[in-house]
Parts: sequence; C-alpha cells; structure tokens
Amino acid sequence: MSAVDASRVPATVDRARSRRRARRRNSRSALLFLSPWLIGFGVFTAWPLIYSVYLSLTDYDVINDPHFIGGQNYVELFQDPKIALALGNTLFFTVIQVPLHVLVALVLALLLNRAGRSAGVFRTIFYLPKMTPPVAVGILFLLLFNGQNGLINTVLGWFGITGPAWTTDPAWVKPGLILMSLWTVGASVIILLAALQNVPDELYESARLDGAGFWRQSMSVTLPMISPALFFIIVINTIGALQTFDEAYTAFFGSGNTTYSNDAALFYVIYLFQQAFEFLHMGYASAMAWVLFALIMAVTAVQLIVSRRLVYYEGETDR
Amino acid sequence: MTHALPHSAPDGDYEMDPLPSGPLTTIAEVRERAESRGRLRPERHRHPMRWLIMAALVVLSVVFAYPFIWLISASFKPRSDVFDNRLIPQTFTFDNYVTVWQQAPLALWLVNTVVVTALAAVTVTLSSAMVAWGFAYFRFRGRGFLFGLVLATMMLPGAVTMIPTFLIWNALGMVGTLVPLWAQNLFGSAFYIFLIRQFMLALPRDLFDAARVDGASQWAVFWRVALPLSRPALAVALIFEVQASWTDLMRALIYLRDDTTFTVPRGLKSLVDAFGFGGEWHWEIIVTASVIATVPMIVVFFLGQRQIVHGVSAGGIKG
Repeated sequence: MSAVDASRVPATVDRARSRRRARRRNSRSALLFLSPWLIGFGVFTAWPLIYSVYLSLTDYDVINDPHFIGGQNYVELFQDPKIALALGNTLFFTVIQVPLHVLVALVLALLLNRAGRSAGVFRTIFYLPKMTPPVAVGILFLLLFNGQNGLINTVLGWFGITGPAWTTDPAWVKPGLILMSLWTVGASVIILLAALQNVPDELYESARLDGAGFWRQSMSVTLPMISPALFFIIVINTIGALQTFDEAYTAFFGSGNTTYSNDAALFYVIYLFQQAFEFLHMGYASAMAWVLFALIMAVTAVQLIVSRRLVYYEGETDR
Repeated sequence: MTHALPHSAPDGDYEMDPLPSGPLTTIAEVRERAESRGRLRPERHRHPMRWLIMAALVVLSVVFAYPFIWLISASFKPRSDVFDNRLIPQTFTFDNYVTVWQQAPLALWLVNTVVVTALAAVTVTLSSAMVAWGFAYFRFRGRGFLFGLVLATMMLPGAVTMIPTFLIWNALGMVGTLVPLWAQNLFGSAFYIFLIRQFMLALPRDLFDAARVDGASQWAVFWRVALPLSRPALAVALIFEVQASWTDLMRALIYLRDDTTFTVPRGLKSLVDAFGFGGEWHWEIIVTASVIATVPMIVVFFLGQRQIVHGVSAGGIKG
C-alpha cells in the first residue's frame, strides 16, 4: 500500500504544478484579450476622471498652465445666474419629458402588442425617427413648429386654435422641444413591446379564471411583469434628458443665431459646452461636469431606492 | 437568446414536437409554451377591439411618418413654397439638390462621414469582441470585478470625461483631424462588450476546447472559431455603431474646425448657422441637406432591422 502511495505522490504534485502553470498561462492570454479595454479604460476613463477633479479646482484656458484656485469654481458656480437658469431649464425638461415619453411609448407598445401580424410594419414606422440624425430633428423642430406657417400651427388652425410661437416665445420653447422629442420614442417602444410579449399567457388565463377583468389584469399581471423594462427606460431616459444637447443646440445656438434670445433653451450641457469650448473656461466647465455627475448619481440612486418597492423581478424571493 | 444558437433546432420543430403534457413545473416550460403558442397565432388577435386598435395605429403611423414625408416633399419645392405644407409639391424642382451641392462641400462631408463611420464601426466591433472573449472564455482572478467596472463605465455621463479627453487629443496635435472621432473605438465600448460577451457565453464551450486539443493557439480559437460563430452579435454592434457615429454631433463640434474636415451632422449644423437664422433664411437648402443626411440611416435601418430590434430589446431586458 505504502509503496503505491509513494509512487503516486510525485505524480499528483506534478499534475498540480502543471495545472498551476496552465492557469498562469491562461490568465496571461486573458490579459492579452482584455488589453484593449484596459488601456482604453486607463487613458480615456480613469485618467480623465482624476484629471477632471484636479481641473475643476483650477483656472485653465488651454493656452496657459492650469492655475490652482481651490474650490472657487464651485463657489462661483452657485452664484452664476446662468447655472440656475440652465439647471432650471434642464429640470423642467426632464420632469415633463420623461413621464410623457414613457406614457407615449407604453401606449404605442400596448397597441402594437395587440396588432397581430401587422405589428412589424407599425414598429418600423415608430422606430424610424430614432434613426434620424439629431441635428435633423432639431431642424425639423424649427420648421414644423414655426409660429406663423409651421405644420403644427396649421393643423391647430383647422380646429380654430391659434398656436403659440413655439420657436421664439420663451414660454413655449421647452414645451415645443418636449413634443418634438416624443417623435423619437422608438427604442423605448421596442423595449416595452419585448417585455409585453414575454408575459406568459398562462398568467392572464389564471387571472381570468380568478375573475379578473381587463383593468385588474393590467394592474396585477401586465404592470408588475413589465415593471423592470419600465424602470429601465425611466432611468435611461432621465439620464439622457438631463444631458439633452443636440436638438436644442442645433435649433438655438451656434455662430448663426443673432436673431433671438435663446435663454429658454439653455440646457445644462449646452452651457457646459459653451464654457469649455467657446469661452475656454476648462476649469469652470470641469466643475460643472462634476455637479452634473453628482446630480445624475443622486437622481439615479433615488430611482433605484424607489424601484426596490415598485419593481417586480421574476425569480426573486417571493413566488 | 437561444434562438440565435448555431446548434438550436430550426423554428419548424415547434410544430413537430408534441406539446408538453402534464403539469408545468418550470418557468422555462411556461415560457416555451407561451412562445410556441405565439407562433401559432392565438385567438386573442380576433379581439372585438381589433379594428379600433388598427385605426389608432394607422393614425399614429401617419403622425410618426409625416415629418419624413414633409421633409422629402419640401426638398423638391422652390424656396417660396417650402412652408406651404402641401403633401405634393405644387412646382416640382430638383434645383435644391443642385444648389446644396454647389453651396456646400457636401461630397467631402459625405466622404469624411463614411470614413469615420467605417473606421469607428469596424474597430469598435473587433476590439469589443476581443475583450468580450477575454471575459467569456477565460477564468481568472478579478474577472467579476473587472466586468463590473466595464458595466459601471456605461453609467458615466460623457460630460465628465469630455474635457480631459479633449486635452489628450489636443496634446497629440489631433484636434482638427478626424482621428478623435473614431480612434477611441480601438479600445472597445462597454455596451458592445456586454452584448457580445452574453452571446459568446451561450456558445458551446466544447467546440473551443476541441480546437485547443487540436493544437490551435488561443488567438486562433478566438479568430477562427469564436468570432465567426458570434457573427449575429457582431452585426448588432456594427449596426449600432454605424448609426451612432453617422449621427454624432457633439464630438464633431468639439474636434472639427475647418469645413473641409466636417462630417455630415457638423456640416448640417453649419448650414443652419449660415442659411437659417444667419439672416438668409434659405430653408430649402437646409431641408435638402437634412434629407441627404437622413436617407443613409433609413437604408441602414432596412438592412439591419432585425439586428437593431434585437440589440435594443436585449439592452432593455438585461440592462
């Protein structure tokens, strides 16, 4: 017995050693495959994050070296009336746009879910606007919402309504931009439709057997089952709305606009962009970026906390 | 995702297999049954509300499609008729297309955009696939943490890294060239890494182990076996990036200075500045350029509709 054991031991050690060597070779190959991302993360994410913290504490105009000024940018930021304006515009846009976006997407997805064979054609039509370059969407906004002879006001006129001057009246600029943004709900429609189609028919059948009507089925089956998808599009669109830029910038900013005031369309990222690349206030803009980051994190965190109570994930504790 | 597996049964098998009998025990079985029923068109589609639903969908489709129709129609109208809101131009003219070609270096913008889009899409797809393979195939210490880091970068608002990233390209003397518009894609992108990794995880591992036993190098297993099998997921990444970089405005605004280097969205914005509220009010030129900017995306959509729908809904369900 002992003789057999003795002959076995070296073999086991050998195998273990070769396995360890194989594993080391394995992780070296893994590292090779991960290297593009590791380099990219270091150069274009980690370093920029650290450097932008430093920049936010300096006065920097690209031409001269950064000049350390401590927290002064942040102090100035809270006294800058344009920050208050931009923040107000952005929050107004977000608070109204996101619920409307979700509502419109949900209605379209519910209709598509009942459309049977023709759903594909309609889905294509609803998604196509999402393919349009945002610059073109901004241009379409200026044209369709033109106060005098734009399509929207022409149609309103058929019903005897005199439409507002969407593109020039400060009170109507944001509502106009919000309406225009609803044209591009396509991606959310697809996400919600996929979620709706994933609800097993059995759930509706047993709900019906229990005597649940349409309303009760919607509230007790549909809504909980699609709540993860709903939550996802709410979070993603909130983050997107807080960073709104392309359409409003195209329609109201840039070198061309000398015609009218664009204060009503000054969203936070537009002001950040101006500070950084038009006024070359890189330090101040970096501070602005961190304030935006904090705002987005705070909003997302609140949404996550609220979602714990409202979002139903299949396969979790309760059955 | 099972339907995308190379070894999965063809769709027809659903009808040939006897329906599962006896009590349904797992969620998977419930889903499978619901899915196979969906294929067989359940009676639910002969709903009495059906005509109402179809009518609503048709009306909404007109609302969603009309801005496109309006835009295309307006591009064939003479200057004075752009805002007449007629469906069919009263006087049909091709002049706008000729004028826009003469007034702006549109051909150059198109070439620039094609180059940037092609480079961006190909590099990001290959690099993301490489990284995805590193995460999908290899087991190494810290894998979970690193992958979590990849996912975390998806949440990071672009504004935070925008300024230091600009400073990097500025230090490299690349500002004013097209390089900053695509070169970051050499390092992979979180969403695509996630998407392709999910797909690779579902591929049969035996295949790769067999290739290893046959003496294939790690790189050959990736390049010759894993990559061709992952083609559906690669197509999703490719098409998404084509759209993203074709329509990107922000980077073009930051990095491009001379109008010979402009991409189409940046050029379109410069046309708005020059011919829109720049005082000349030549909207017919802007409208026509918008059509030229948008049509390639419509073509891309019809070529890659399946991939787009898949990518959008995968992002929604798993994100």
